[in-house]
Amino acid sequence: MQRRTFLKVWSMSIAVGLGVAAPAAAPAAEPLKVAFVYLGPRSDGGWTQQHDLARLALEKAMGSAIKTTFVENVPETADSERVFRQLAADGNKLIFATSFGYMEPLQKVAKLFPDVKFEHVNGFKTAANITVYEPRFEEGFYLIGTIAGLMTKTNTLGFIGSFPIPSVMRNINAMALGAQAVNPKIKVKPIWVNTWYDPGKERQAADTLIAQGADNVAQNTDSPASIQAAQEKGTYAFSIDADMSSFGKKAQLSGSTEDWSGYYIDETKKVLDGTWTGNRRIRWGLKEGLVVMAPLNPDIPPEVVKVFEEKKAAIIAGTLNPFAGPIKDNTGKEMVPAGGKMSEATFSSLNWYVEGVEGTVPK
Amino acid sequence: MLKLERRATPSSIMSVASPLLAAVGMLITGFVLFKVLGKDPVEAFYLFFVKPVSTTYGIGELLLKTTPLLLCGLGLALGFRANVWNIGAEGQLTMGAIAGGGVALWFGDSESAFALPLMLLAGVLGGMAWAAIPAFLRTRFNTNEILVTLMLVYISQLVLSWLVHGPWRDPQGLNYPQSQGFGDAETMSILISGTRVTWGIVYALGLALVAWIFSQKTFAGFRMQVAGLAPAAAAYAGFSEKRNIWIALMICGATAGLAGVCEVAGPIGRLQQQISPGYGFAAIIVAWIGRLHPIGVVFGALLMSLLYLGGEAAQMGMGLPSAITGLFQGLLLFYLLAADLFITFRLKRVAPVEVNTLKPPVRAETAA
Repeated sequence: MQRRTFLKVWSMSIAVGLGVAAPAAAPAAEPLKVAFVYLGPRSDGGWTQQHDLARLALEKAMGSAIKTTFVENVPETADSERVFRQLAADGNKLIFATSFGYMEPLQKVAKLFPDVKFEHVNGFKTAANITVYEPRFEEGFYLIGTIAGLMTKTNTLGFIGSFPIPSVMRNINAMALGAQAVNPKIKVKPIWVNTWYDPGKERQAADTLIAQGADNVAQNTDSPASIQAAQEKGTYAFSIDADMSSFGKKAQLSGSTEDWSGYYIDETKKVLDGTWTGNRRIRWGLKEGLVVMAPLNPDIPPEVVKVFEEKKAAIIAGTLNPFAGPIKDNTGKEMVPAGGKMSEATFSSLNWYVEGVEGTVPK
Repeated sequence: MLKLERRATPSSIMSVASPLLAAVGMLITGFVLFKVLGKDPVEAFYLFFVKPVSTTYGIGELLLKTTPLLLCGLGLALGFRANVWNIGAEGQLTMGAIAGGGVALWFGDSESAFALPLMLLAGVLGGMAWAAIPAFLRTRFNTNEILVTLMLVYISQLVLSWLVHGPWRDPQGLNYPQSQGFGDAETMSILISGTRVTWGIVYALGLALVAWIFSQKTFAGFRMQVAGLAPAAAAYAGFSEKRNIWIALMICGATAGLAGVCEVAGPIGRLQQQISPGYGFAAIIVAWIGRLHPIGVVFGALLMSLLYLGGEAAQMGMGLPSAITGLFQGLLLFYLLAADLFITFRLKRVAPVEVNTLKPPVRAETAA
């Protein structure tokens, strides 16, 4: 105590003596500015909402050590570059870019602000001050497949896809593989709606899939429209990003959701203690608590819950890899040999359907 | 009882002043709104209208965003004056971007000096070709151009999506839906160093001047104005309605197409799923704020652009929701339309007519 007081007085007298306003003592009081850039509105009930909840959790956890800022509805056009640049110029030192379409502008801005740390979700271009992070969604979708494969009466599952980019292709394939592991007769019907959020289109897609006999529908789009459709038709559906059971209590069996707070707190701490580095590619899943399964519907029979819990524990323990071989594509060509694992290159550029998924990937 | 009554001669001073009145109305409402939200209105206004343009980079961004709004607004305004309701500038812009981007990809790594001029030309032609569809359908089959132009927006976006997912996808891009980046020869040079603003703004301002000369000094421009103000008179004078429709749509197709190629050859530098955040639609507001006058459209585009930037700054500085941008744009248009209503009409108090009196009701003409 005495020693500290002495140091304080000593350093202050030096500072005064040198005629400077003691900036050396100030940094502790200056909060780290952390910014978030969102593609959608915070109230979207899904993807962006989960990021913003994590931002609030981060504020709560870190208190006065940080100050957060957000910009919502930032389109993936020429506009995002300005937003990143402005945030960096305003003194934000850690910036989370929460949509993959921000990849190119981020590269440009990161070069201009080498002392600002950038984190980009779902992209593939890193840099000295850009780290890429993505959830292992495929784990959640594999488990969706587990439940759907056991619950279906028609052996036909539906999938509402947004865009056939690798991270979405992994989800449809993981769901198919998860379902086939418990029910070899499974077929998966995809419909691509070319949007992340359009309740009208999503609803149409869900109705079409249900009419074609898909009694379990999963989605990679953001609105709860397919849950509502399933509720009306008496079939099952799975949510994404957030728990959507309030839109269809009987219809939603589970879902693959995200809790980003642990990751955001972790990375912010790394910046604060100086251990943050760029050029990383981080994947967090069920084990780390980023991917969280939505609460199971009480109508799911206990024997299905048991299989689900076993698979989930195996994924967390690392003994079950959703993309373990053998995997064939839907033309019968072997893509991953038996006993093998999907290569990183295949994983990050996936553009084919596994066996049992119908149709061809839209080009 | 209140009644709207048409004025004999709308004030010409007021029709110029109404955008300013609308802006003042927007500011006053905004002031009240910020107060109610518990935010300091002065700081909010500073963030909204001053901070975005307080740096060279900020001014560059203002001009960069003004470019597509101005180009689309000019084309739309000319058409609206002639009663041609093209609301699909967004689609013509997208087609311009596709055509220009296609030329850029064809040139690839070439250093050819022809690359950029050909891209711009292709962009203009692409937009015109897209606008030719509603022009043909309207003049040949009398199809409603409002519907056709709007539907073609969605088609153009799906064409773009198909191209970047399929044939034009970057082979090195891990199957992400975007084309290869354009080379230096396919990118427009920067006008002010340290910013992103390109020569596009110079083209746009030049075209505003050309549009003004066209509408004020040429016979074709005169014909279009007459067609808009008095279709029967235009028909009686033998002015071809079909020719007007074709001219209006071709001009807008050209300017919107240029706007599209300026985006991809400028700040974006590649083709991707989304090129425009809705410039073609926002330009409809721009055209009306600018009183459908080319010089007015310049100011309308600058104001709309500033509202976008201000909305971002208000989010960053005060944590206001992004809906604030749309709110201000909506307020502006609301007050503008209200001001316009009172330029051509006036409110008049009319004594309620009582059934059991013999007194004749006050006639509007005598009171006026």
